[in-house]
Amino acid sequence: MADVQVYKKSTAEFNLGQRRARKSMRGQIMMFSLMIFLTIMSFSMVMAYQADVIGFSKYLIIPTLMLFAAVQVGLQLYYFMHMNEKGHGIPQMFMYTGVILAFTVVLTFSTIIWW
Amino acid sequence: MSSVAQKRGFGATLWDWLTTVDHKKIGILYLLGGGFFFVVGGIEAMIIRVQLLTPNNDLVSAGIFNQIITMHGTTMIFLAAMPILIGFMNAIMPLQIGARDVAFPFLNSLGFWMFFFGGVFLNISWFFGQVPDAGWTSYASLAMASEGHGVDFYAIGLQIAGGGTLLGGINFLVTIINMRAPGMTYMRMPLFTWTTFVASAMILFAFPPLTVGLFLLTFERMFGANFFDPTMGGNTIIWEHIFWIFGHPEVYILILPAFGIFSEIFSIFSRKRLFGYSAMVFATVLIGFLGFMVWAHHMFTVGLGPTANAIFSVATMAIAIPTGVKIFNWLLTIWGGSIKVTTPMLWALAFIPTFVMGGVTGVMLGTAPLDYQLHDTYFVVAHFHYVIVGGTVFGIIAGTHLYWPKMFGTMLNEALGKVTFWFFFIGFHLTFLIQHWLGFWGMPRRVFTYMDGQGWNSANVISSVGALFMAIGITIMVYNIIVTSIKNVRVANDPWGDGRTLEWAIESPPVFYNFAQTPLVRGLDTVYIEKMEGNLSGITPAEPVQDIHMPNGSFIPFMLSLGLFIAGFGAMFRTEEPWGMAVLIIGLVWTFAAMAMRSLKDDLGFYVKKEDILKDMKRKGGQK
Repeated sequence: MADVQVYKKSTAEFNLGQRRARKSMRGQIMMFSLMIFLTIMSFSMVMAYQADVIGFSKYLIIPTLMLFAAVQVGLQLYYFMHMNEKGHGIPQMFMYTGVILAFTVVLTFSTIIWW
Repeated sequence: MSSVAQKRGFGATLWDWLTTVDHKKIGILYLLGGGFFFVVGGIEAMIIRVQLLTPNNDLVSAGIFNQIITMHGTTMIFLAAMPILIGFMNAIMPLQIGARDVAFPFLNSLGFWMFFFGGVFLNISWFFGQVPDAGWTSYASLAMASEGHGVDFYAIGLQIAGGGTLLGGINFLVTIINMRAPGMTYMRMPLFTWTTFVASAMILFAFPPLTVGLFLLTFERMFGANFFDPTMGGNTIIWEHIFWIFGHPEVYILILPAFGIFSEIFSIFSRKRLFGYSAMVFATVLIGFLGFMVWAHHMFTVGLGPTANAIFSVATMAIAIPTGVKIFNWLLTIWGGSIKVTTPMLWALAFIPTFVMGGVTGVMLGTAPLDYQLHDTYFVVAHFHYVIVGGTVFGIIAGTHLYWPKMFGTMLNEALGKVTFWFFFIGFHLTFLIQHWLGFWGMPRRVFTYMDGQGWNSANVISSVGALFMAIGITIMVYNIIVTSIKNVRVANDPWGDGRTLEWAIESPPVFYNFAQTPLVRGLDTVYIEKMEGNLSGITPAEPVQDIHMPNGSFIPFMLSLGLFIAGFGAMFRTEEPWGMAVLIIGLVWTFAAMAMRSLKDDLGFYVKKEDILKDMKRKGGQK
């Protein structure tokens, strides 16, 4: 069998790791609160629309909901699925390529077939 | 387990090939499978040319002619060109990046068997007498009108084969991203590896649309859905879009690996570093990206409107720029080189003018107003044969000659190789050059015969004679392969003498674990660098000799694909035969049972022991 190698961290490395973990935790909790806040906003907007509150029209709420959804997807990917960390360049590249290609297709279909 | 060759019975050998997960053997299987379908597609091409030899010919009926052209196109694209290229990717790419296998050896095997069973499924249609006849693009209005099960064979067969290709593409991507040897940065990868990478990424993005399209077609024809039927609220143009969203990237999937092979050839036989390496990489990536932005240029005459036509027309012409970059880089690689005109180099030299001609007619067709004149004429036929044969098939044959020693350990006869070249090259231009004029003279494509007195007679005779020349060329190549295999004269690591990349620093064919020690890569053309610095082995090891972990063979991929094959027949005869439904269920249960077996049974592979590796190295004289 290939040998299992054990690597012992120095104190400085250990402290650096600790500090990074704390920073990452702080970021995650902040983003989690932000996401909860966005969710509450979304729900309340729809509730307000259903309760016929003045100023909450469909044309305001739907784009805002879309925007919130996009932000949530971004936060989810970058903070909870760790895309903001190192070594995620390739997944990012493939995801953005896919997004661009899908966008082109949807744009073409909606302008020249379904319009 | 030792890699020393042992005498084995036929059964054991067959079992070995059926269960292999070794990328080199799977590469050979792809080459054999693709080669078989290439011959099938070639025979269909010959029948087409004989039928069109004289006006009012009645060798085949109009219906059978439709079936033959459909199967010729489908077979050549999906079952010949792509599998053979994937075969080269399999056999060579892991060696070029210093890996011991692909990232997912099991999936690699599954990919091959799905391609194989999909291809067999498609071609079994001949025995049922119900053959796909809606063209290789299978436009929905034709596909829906097609009677019998022909188009069903197309939809299900391609679905199975396409799944295999998608598995292969993902596998190569993960392999290139994760399994490069130490020091092999992206910008040190050989160009064939780069083109494999970009082609695989294109497979990743282009095949899902095909899968969706084929599912829609399958449900439309077999399960009563109405996606494409305008009388039921569907839209027949949707299929054309979906097909070409896949289909246009597909032609770049076909050409990019061929570009890679030619880049290797130019560099090896000009005995120079590839000119403008980084520009070549950039051009490859750009072609890959733009390839997705131009699909509607196949549909100019559909009536998309002037704005859409203009946008797609401009995007199409933009592709000529990175392609031009490549052409000039190849020319400048040859420029001032110490050129050896071997068989692969001969093909590569012929490729440049041939492919440029195909590219120029491509820009002509990309001009929307001119396309209205040329659409559905023989000009289109001439154009795509110039790029696909002049690019991909030339690349495949050049690659066969170049990599044959690496894959099989024997050298194809150079003299016969050159005879093959001249027959095929002359035959090719004889067949297709005149077809440009046939297009100008108004001969529509896909017609099964034509009337006398339209001025098309002699051009068609010339075209058919050319096809005969090509057939002779291929026959000589097959003869060459057989003779070479029988003589079985073994060759050394680098039989061409000027190999620059890692595959030429290990024996031909390599041991099953490829590299006794993972190599350290110190630059582009790493073997060349090592040799220039006096290291004749061409490799600096990056690790001590140690146990190597390798995967076990598996029969599950074969069984899994067989299950899908059986289910395909069930789906097709579901309503009209009493056994249809049962067969569909049996096939699917079979498939899921095979999946379950793979999931539930742990297979951790095995270790090649250090002592065995040392023994192998001693036998080769690599280590004293």
